[in-house]
Amino acid sequence: MTSRRDFLIAAGGLVGGLDLAAVSGQAHATPEAMQDAIQKVVGGAQVRRGRVKLDLPPLIDNGNAVALSVLVESPMTPADHVKAIHVFTEKNPQPYVVSAHLNPRSGRASMSTRVRLADTQAVIAIAELSDGSFWSDSKSVVVTLAACLEELA
Amino acid sequence: MLCQAFPEHSIEEMTVANAIVNVPASARRGEIIEIKAMVGHAMETGFRRTQLGQLIPRNIISQFVCTYNGVEIFRAELHSAIAANPLFSFTTIATESGTIAFRWTGDNGYSMTASAPITVV
Repeated sequence: MTSRRDFLIAAGGLVGGLDLAAVSGQAHATPEAMQDAIQKVVGGAQVRRGRVKLDLPPLIDNGNAVALSVLVESPMTPADHVKAIHVFTEKNPQPYVVSAHLNPRSGRASMSTRVRLADTQAVIAIAELSDGSFWSDSKSVVVTLAACLEELA
Repeated sequence: MLCQAFPEHSIEEMTVANAIVNVPASARRGEIIEIKAMVGHAMETGFRRTQLGQLIPRNIISQFVCTYNGVEIFRAELHSAIAANPLFSFTTIATESGTIAFRWTGDNGYSMTASAPITVV
């Protein structure tokens, strides 16, 4: 039979463990981590602003499902087309969101999906062109209710 | 920060195993058509914890591929930041009649396929 003292010690240990877990669970990617992730994709090439239009709501009530679309100005011919669209975030637990691969048969360089956003932060979309150049657009968004990292159940 | 259970995190959603795809039934040759594809999946991020502090293991779809008569026309690598029930919308040029096929693969050997016919005139 568990004594009151044993129970309290066990309970204290449990609460302490929870606190530690909560602290380590708050590990977020940083803007630097995002830059590292971007460098891995672009491989040192210069990323220029322009050509890309990243569309997502500036004010987000629920970060669990945010409509995001990317449109790139491109003729989408075999000689000049968008090869890929990469999306990164600044403060999600990981900087990576999605990499979409297109080709001249896409007709239009566009893609849309739904993403999770854990915090008020900047989102960046980078287009990789067939000539090896990279173009980008970024948007700052305010998230009222973050995509949850923890569960009640 | 604790948050309320959202519908996309419910047990029912986790067990839903279906895909919904939207492809125009017919198109003119050379026309740019829009394709939408959604699949039921919880996309468990691997960053959430239970009330006891245990990490819930990651269980996501990591790749989505769309082919048009066997030729790849769109591919995406997904990460934990893609919302539950991943939805993708993209375009392609209608070249010939045939089948547009979709395939999702992910953690724990997850695999799901769907297809839709298209008539090009």
